[in-house]
Order: sequence, then C-alpha cells, then structure tokens
Amino acid sequence: MRRVGTSVRRPDVAAKIDGSFVFSNDVTADDELYGATVRSPHAHARIIDLETSGLAADPEVVCVLSIEDVPGARLVGHIVADQPVFADGVARYHGEPVAFVVATTQEAAWAAADRLVVSYGPLPVLHDPERALDPASPRLRAGGNVVRRAHLRRGGDVSGAPVEVEATFHTARQDQAFLGVESALALPDADGGVTLRLATQDLHTDQHQIAAALDLPLDKVRLEMAGIGGAFGGREDITLQIHLALAATVTGRPVRTTYRRAESFLAHPKRHPARLHYRLGAELDGTLRYVYARILLDGGAYASTSMPVAGSAAYFAAGPYRVPAVDVEATSVCTNNPVSGAMRGFGAVQACFGMESAMDLLAAELGIDPVELRRRNVLAPGDAFPTSGQPVGDAAPLAELIDRCVELPLPQRADPDDPYALPGGTGNTSTAANVRRGVGFALGVKNHLYAEGMQEEATATVVVDATGVEVRSAASEVGQGVVSALAQIASDELGGQEVRVAGAHSDHGYAGSSSASRATFVSGGAVRDAAGEAARLLRARVAQRWSVPEAEVELRPTGVLVRGELLPLAIVIGEEPIAATATFLAPSTERGDEHGQGSVHVSWMFVAHRAVVDVDAQLGLVKVVQVATAQDVGIAVNPRAVRGQLDGGIAQGLGLAVMEHLQSVEGVVANATFTDYLVPTTADMAATEVALVERPDPAGPFGLKGVGEPPVLSSTPAIVAAIRAATGRALTRVPVRPEDIVGTS
Amino acid sequence: MSTDRSTGPTSGSNGRSSTDLGEPTVRVHVNGMTRELGATSTTSLLRALRSAGLTGTTGACEQGECGSCSVVLDGALVCSCLVAAFTCDGRSVTTIEHGVAADLGDALERHGAVQCGFCTPGMVMAATTLLDRCDGALTRGAVTEGLAGNLCRCTGYRGIIEAVLEVDGLRRNGA
Repeated sequence: MRRVGTSVRRPDVAAKIDGSFVFSNDVTADDELYGATVRSPHAHARIIDLETSGLAADPEVVCVLSIEDVPGARLVGHIVADQPVFADGVARYHGEPVAFVVATTQEAAWAAADRLVVSYGPLPVLHDPERALDPASPRLRAGGNVVRRAHLRRGGDVSGAPVEVEATFHTARQDQAFLGVESALALPDADGGVTLRLATQDLHTDQHQIAAALDLPLDKVRLEMAGIGGAFGGREDITLQIHLALAATVTGRPVRTTYRRAESFLAHPKRHPARLHYRLGAELDGTLRYVYARILLDGGAYASTSMPVAGSAAYFAAGPYRVPAVDVEATSVCTNNPVSGAMRGFGAVQACFGMESAMDLLAAELGIDPVELRRRNVLAPGDAFPTSGQPVGDAAPLAELIDRCVELPLPQRADPDDPYALPGGTGNTSTAANVRRGVGFALGVKNHLYAEGMQEEATATVVVDATGVEVRSAASEVGQGVVSALAQIASDELGGQEVRVAGAHSDHGYAGSSSASRATFVSGGAVRDAAGEAARLLRARVAQRWSVPEAEVELRPTGVLVRGELLPLAIVIGEEPIAATATFLAPSTERGDEHGQGSVHVSWMFVAHRAVVDVDAQLGLVKVVQVATAQDVGIAVNPRAVRGQLDGGIAQGLGLAVMEHLQSVEGVVANATFTDYLVPTTADMAATEVALVERPDPAGPFGLKGVGEPPVLSSTPAIVAAIRAATGRALTRVPVRPEDIVGTS
Repeated sequence: MSTDRSTGPTSGSNGRSSTDLGEPTVRVHVNGMTRELGATSTTSLLRALRSAGLTGTTGACEQGECGSCSVVLDGALVCSCLVAAFTCDGRSVTTIEHGVAADLGDALERHGAVQCGFCTPGMVMAATTLLDRCDGALTRGAVTEGLAGNLCRCTGYRGIIEAVLEVDGLRRNGA
C-alpha cells in the first residue's frame, strides 16, 4: 500500500506525548556555562559606555561579550547583512542585544546581566512608518529608510470605472508566539570550530551567518537540530546562535541559554504591521476592471526578510482574481520598531485582508452577494495572474473551492442556555437576546517556495544498510510533520520498507528553510529521487548477486523478493550499505521586469474561508463560532497532518482577526507577555469544517502543493467580514477591538 | 571588552546542580519516588523538576498563562512555574514521566492532536485530570473550559478536544 496519501502515524508523536522528546531547551552538556543577553531598553540610543568592571568581582561570572569580541563579520542577516551581532555603538530597537554575560548558573547570568551598567544617550525615535518616508526624518540606514518598494503595473488605466470603492485598512504586528522559547547549546570543538544543538527553521542559513561572524570556515560550524517548539517564521533569523557560539569558543566550554518569554517577544522578527490603501474599479455587473493598492509595511530596525515580504504583499495585493489593470505598490520601511520579518503568510496575509475587505465594499456598493461577486471574478485555468501576468496553468481550482466551501454545513444557532456558546463565554456577560450572528467569506492566494528568480532546490540522502532505511536531510521538523512526509515518500519508493528519518544536521546537504510552504515540496522531491536511486541500486545489486534479471527483483515491506523467495534486507545488504544522494530542483522563476511582470512564481496555493460569528454588539464581544475552509492542496501527502495545518492556521488567523496585537509605544514593546499578548485558547477557537481539493500541481513532486500558509490568509478577512455583517460596522483594522464594535473609537 | 575568566577559580564547577552549591533542598514524592530537589527561595517547582532531569514538563511563559508546565500536586492540577519548590517538602507530585494512559495517547495520535509537541505534556496532564475527575459524561463545553488554561499554537485544539471526548465516551461505554 502506498503511504503517500494516507494518514500514517508520525514518527515523532509517541515521544512528544510521553514527554521524552528532546526539545532544544532539554539539551545539556557536562561542565556547561550559561548565557544571558543584555538588551537595549531604548528604541533608539547611542551606547556611550558598557561598564563591566562591576561584574569582575562576581565569582560566578565568566565573561562578558560585546561587539568588540566578534572576530569576524559584525553584520549578519537572513538576506542582507545589516544587523550587528551586538549593537555597534547604536541600539536601533527595543530589545536589541548589547552584550552577552556568561556565568556558572543561568540565574547568575541573568542577575549579572541586570547589574551590567550600560550608559545610553537616547536618540529621536522614528516609530511612525509614514514618517519614515518623509525626507526630513532621520535616515536609519544607508541609502534611506525604504528597504524595498515593489511596484507592479499591468494593463491600462486604474481610474474611471462605472463603480469604484476606496478605503484604507490596517493590520497589526503579530508575533509567532511559538511555545518553545529560543534555546540552544554551543559546544567548542577540538579543531577550533563549534557545534550548536539548536532549534531553527534553516540550518544552513544559520551556519553561514555564524561562520561569518566567528571568522570560521563553514565546515567548522556544525549545526545539529534539537526539537523545535513551533516556529511559524520566527526562527528564520539569528537570535542567540552567534552569541552562544562565540561564548563557547571564547571560554572553551559548552554554553547554553534559554530565553524567557518576554525576551522571546523582543528577540525574533514578527509579522509586519501594514497600512493598506485600496481602490477597486468594476463594471456594473461586478466584473473587476482595476485594482489600485498602496501598501506600507513597517519593517522595523533591520531588513530581515522585508524585501521578499514586500514582494509578496505586492504580488498578492490583487487576490486570486482576473483583473485587466493593476497598479499596486508595497513599500517596506525602516523604523525604530521591533524588527519585522517572516511570519506564516509572509506579506500575503496583510494584502489579503486589504483586498478581501475592499471586495466586500464593492459587493455592498453593487448590491451583489459577496460570494457571487467573487465567483464572477476568480481566476480560471489559462488566465494571467493579475499582478505578474504569469499564466496560472491548470492548477487553479477557484470555482471549485468556492463551491466546496459554501457547501460545508453551517453551525446550529447557539444554545441560549449554554454559557460556553455565548460571546464572553462563562463570564456570563452576554445575554442571548443581544447576540447577532454574521457570516463572512474570503479567498486567499499565495505562492509556495521562494520567488522572483531564486532557484529552489534541496538535497537529501537515503541510506540502506542492514538495519534498515534512513533518510538524511537538513529539513526542519517545526511541527508540521515533514519527518513523516519524507518517510512516507521514501517508503513508497522502496517497496514499503520502514523508513527512519535521521535528526537534521548541517552535514546533510542544503535543504533550505521550513518556510514558504516549501519543505515537503523541495525536500520531498529530493527524498523521492534519492530513494528511487537507492531502490534502483538495491535491485541492481540483488540482480547481479542472484543472477536474475532486474525485472524479477521486487522490493517488499519486509525484504527483497527474488524468484518467490523473500530475502531479509540484512542478507541482501550485508556489510555494504547503499547510499544515494539527490538534489531536487524546482522549476525556475524569473525576476519581474521593470513593472514586475514575468514568471516570478513556481505556482500558487488557493484557499477559501467562510466564517460564522456571534457578536454582542452592546459589549463588543465576539465569538467566532465556525470557520469553514476549502483548500487547494495539490495532493494531501498525509491528510491528517494537512488537516492539522488548516486548523492551526485558522487559529492564528482568528488571533489576528480579534486578539493578537504586539503593541509598542514610541518603539518600546508594551505587552511582551502571554498575560497581555493574547493568543487563542480552546475557549476562543472556532469549530472548523474542512474540504480538501486535490488537483495535482504539475510543478510539484507527485503533484503536491505547499499547505502551511493558506490557512492564515483568508481566515482573518472572512472573520472580520462576518463581524461586519453582524454589526454593520466598517471595521477597517485588525485585530477588531470591542470599542470598534460598540463605536467608541 | 571581554573579561574571560574561564581558567579562573570557577572553572570546572558544574553550575547545573543546585545541591553542589550547598543550596537548600526539599524531599518531594515525584511519581511515587522520593527525590531531593534543589529549592532556593526563588526556585519554582518547574525549574526544580527540570534541574532534576525531569524535562518532560516544559515551560513556555513561567507566568501561569500557558499551562505547558502543568503537573498534579497533591491531587490538584497546577502550573508548576507558579509553585515555589520550597513549599513542596513532603508533598506528592505527578508529572508526565508518570506515564500516559494508553487510550488517551492513542486518541491524541489518531486525532492529530500533536504537532510541535511543546504543549503536549501539559495538555496530557490537564486532559488526564479532566477525564479522571468528571462525574458525568464530559460535554464539549466542559472539555473546552477544562483545557482553556493550556495554550497550543500549532493545532487549533480541534484534535485535542476530539481525542478527550472520544476517550471519555469509550471509557463510559466500558471499552
């Protein structure tokens, strides 16, 4: 039986349930030391002095590291090297690392970090992204405050349509809020190198940055994956890796640290806050004529992934619609706010909220049902993608997604006697008589894999030895189940053999990041090819040794079948393991021309969401009752894991719709705790209904598509549309706050 | 600016064990076995357990908001990050290392209730308490409320709630 397409048991689940799974904060070493990061309390300040002599008498303090101790590159970065390993004379955001204290206990390291005296000279704080564009504002980076302006134009005029709507929307700064805070252990190696046991989305991008900062050759920086407690984009950038590696090489001892929650909120880049100005033009029958959009993204203090995020926001600014004329521009600017970077959905989330909200305005203006308006405008196979002009091919089942989504069952009316069912829950604040129900609908689109000319590839090795089959890959298991998918794929190529997946390691060859809904796609392709080659080598060996034609050698789950005899793997392999390594190359993309036109994406993932909410409009309380979704998944490699991605992504979309907002006051983060930054609990989460639409993608191995990001795209605008339907309020900002509903703001 | 003293007098000491530093300890019955746990005035039960090698109990906020550090203390489900270890002398603690009921573990797996797994041990402790304590059949609302103190960022909770409801139903039917 083929394993691809079935809900096989995940190999990591048993250990995760019984508590024996080793997360990155469970990793220890004999004789280890502990680190603590000293962070800037200011959003923008000169560092006048770092006074370490006060710690000299502390017998528990081993060393204090700062920018002067960095032997190699002082600047690192995921895409461009613009972020200092430690603040280099100037701190540019609240929480920027200034120094790293190493001590004999974690508590002593924290205490010493608190006692370290840093003298700051506060500088003017540029916290308003609108002002970052003002030529009179301070320049925070060489070349000006614009990190990227992605301006896409296609077709003719974007004015003069018979019907036009125009509005401005805002989305908040969202934190990935993965539960396993940043944590790692660095071990000095005898050859002068360093080994890190850590949790990261991308071993090799980390490896390059660590090696550059430590001035070490790449092969002396070894990265070994430890268990990852969630990621969602928040583990793409460097946080503690270089500090720990440096501390280990300086002290000659293992060094580890685990951030605290407040520190985690400050340390990793988050979803860009956005201002989205939209103007849509349409014919009287609702046919879209043009989309004009101007999107401003607050990139925070350093570039991180702002450049591709701006590209993503622009390319998905017109949604999955057939639009003859498009003029959209997404601009990411530098401020003294927390660094923005990758979070699930990557710019397309913000664009989707803007475009779908504008579509609802247009539907209201025309008096057309919002679902019907979308039906009349969605892309069909053979259409050109609205922002790039790229042909969408056959794998664009949007009409089917709409049908399948709206066919899903609607929830019952809330039981007026069940306090769990009412907005506000068991607080008993709402009475059923005040509750109004609303339904909203939205569509989403994003590409999978990297875009705009970045060649996508991944390498994997499959080893068959007497003990069984092992996959060696550097792909990050962030919780999505890629270890399961890789084992399923390899098993199918090898006649159903049991397959284990080795822990990810930087020696395993480049896999790239578990992001952009790409890991199963690219590493799955590499494992398919490597396992296929291993199977061919295995059959060839058996054919030769047993002097039979290869066609008579059959791989079976428990061995190799040769002329009716089932030989165990141990006998066939003996002392000579078979190893096959393969590199999978995804179809190439190109950079867009001066107007952003071209085949910039490998292909796309499409999704529909329908939300049902109950609202107490007097109190401003919302209960999201149900979110139904139909998602275009290519083929579902593991349907249960796919469902998990859809449910979990909807929870994060719900969070952005009604709860999650990492706030800052003049650049200083105000709610870096789970007390004040609210993520959905069981009581907040909606019931979900799911339809998987499986239309194989010609670009994907086995026809698969990415699935991780679409659930967060249109869940947010669908929920807000439902609240608008229940309340009649315009609601141009997420998260929707009670005062937006009751009308005091 | 580095003040490297790695070869100084502290070199070679193992900072992990609080008892090595002569700190006070408490004797706690953990999963039926008496253990000596380090307990300064500021050591939480969570940190004391983890320092003793019981790392199945995770911690994501150390503020009592996420529930990932849930353990059972003298029969009560608590956030171990909010309990001072020095108050636990002579008391009984049950952690995830005590074991997971086979039916619950199986149901969590089948319902896709586990992704990154960081919340899972705490969720198992909360679910176990809920299942063991309920008088009548668990309603969906009761499960929702009973697990509302345990954050999960990956799954959206559906599989977790379905698993607990299924186990409750099967146990009631004598399966």
